[in-house]
Amino acid sequence: MQKLIEQALAGNQRAIARLITRVENSEEMAETAVSALYPHTGRAHIVGITGSPGSGKSTLVNELAKALRKRDQLVGIVAVDPSSPFTGGALLGDRVRMRDLSGDKGIFIRSMASRGSLGGLARATSAVIKVLDAAGYDTILVETVGAGQAEVDIASTAHTTLVIEAPGMGDDIQSIKAGILEIADILVVNKADHPGASRTVRSLKTMLQLGQGMSVRHHGRLMHVRAVSPNGNEGAWKVPVQETVAVKGEGIEALLDTVLAHKAHLQATGEWLEREKVRSRQEMEQLLQARLMARLEMKVPAEEQMALITAVAERKIDPYTAVSQLFTLISSH
Amino acid sequence: MEGSHKPRILIAKPGLDGHDRGAKVVARALRDAGMEVIYTGLRQTPEMVVEAALQEDVDAIGLSILSGAHMPLVARIMELLAEHDMLDVPVFLGGIIPNDDVPKLKEMGVKEVFGPGASMEEIVKFIWEAVGAKAD
Repeated sequence: MQKLIEQALAGNQRAIARLITRVENSEEMAETAVSALYPHTGRAHIVGITGSPGSGKSTLVNELAKALRKRDQLVGIVAVDPSSPFTGGALLGDRVRMRDLSGDKGIFIRSMASRGSLGGLARATSAVIKVLDAAGYDTILVETVGAGQAEVDIASTAHTTLVIEAPGMGDDIQSIKAGILEIADILVVNKADHPGASRTVRSLKTMLQLGQGMSVRHHGRLMHVRAVSPNGNEGAWKVPVQETVAVKGEGIEALLDTVLAHKAHLQATGEWLEREKVRSRQEMEQLLQARLMARLEMKVPAEEQMALITAVAERKIDPYTAVSQLFTLISSH
Repeated sequence: MEGSHKPRILIAKPGLDGHDRGAKVVARALRDAGMEVIYTGLRQTPEMVVEAALQEDVDAIGLSILSGAHMPLVARIMELLAEHDMLDVPVFLGGIIPNDDVPKLKEMGVKEVFGPGASMEEIVKFIWEAVGAKAD
């Protein structure tokens, strides 16, 4: 394991790949690897790419990676696809759209199955990102599972989150719903050559303006509307709407400029550290949860747990009382 | 959910034929058998196949070839696997392969060849065993 970590730090792709497998399969391996690698992490710009299935995430990742390579950056890609809730199997097909990237030693692509996680990423995704970060990849593109409205884990994992929309996916009211659109640092309307694209751009821009302070004329009278979100403050990042046609490579350079501008903004305002804190908090909470569950398994035999579960199901005790009893058992030495 | 090693299988279509139905059917069957299948799509070069196998750290490689070019393609893939010290990863083959070529392919290091008559159960069983043997 120690040798594998050293080789991964030196950028050996086979070692990186094997280390990722171990980190993905075992909590203990993840602990050993991340403890050793952590001092070498924190350099990479982590860029999340999310959006509904078929919006063009993989194709966009492919194009962004090519553009980043032209700017001499080493690029790591983590692409997550869903696991079957029934068999646990998965079909990881993101590489199909990334064939242009093969043969370039400056790119490392890893497909991951979500393995039961519901937030759009896999449980081990943050650990895998750390492996790539420590191995020296400058930018890490993280592509989520095709997301609907609520898969927002990426926002606390990435520094910069791109939400990809394709034209014709719903009416204006979809764009003011809570959830995935709120986590965007950059909104991308892909397939911008399709009919309806300008309408999608317009409704997204209107949605963004609704959150910002502005003056409007209403029946001829000037009215001031106060900002509803803290992001409406002066000097804050204004979420842009960018149009791309990923299959033709159109709009990619401009999008990459915006991604890098967002990075510069985070670093200039100190928000980079704030985001690291959010990420660290979430990561620690997850690890703590996992450890609590492990301690539960250790301290309370399965039959005893089952007896409590049955008692709750039969309405003999309530779930709060049952958990209090479990908690006492966990806390005992 | 934790600590379990899910077999990771690469399903690739090297060469120039555009018939990927067989590869997709096998990929789907392996998925349903609980494996994680990395599907690369059509027209892969041997270099692309081996690079994907390396980065994805797969437990087995399945190749689907219907173009008739299986001898040179497999030879090159085995050569590249040897270069990367990856000959411990079992390779299996599916597609239209003349019977006479099967022993030669096995000599090159291919573990098994599945023709058009192969049943899905047979393929899934073979891979479970091949992967089990590798996962010491």
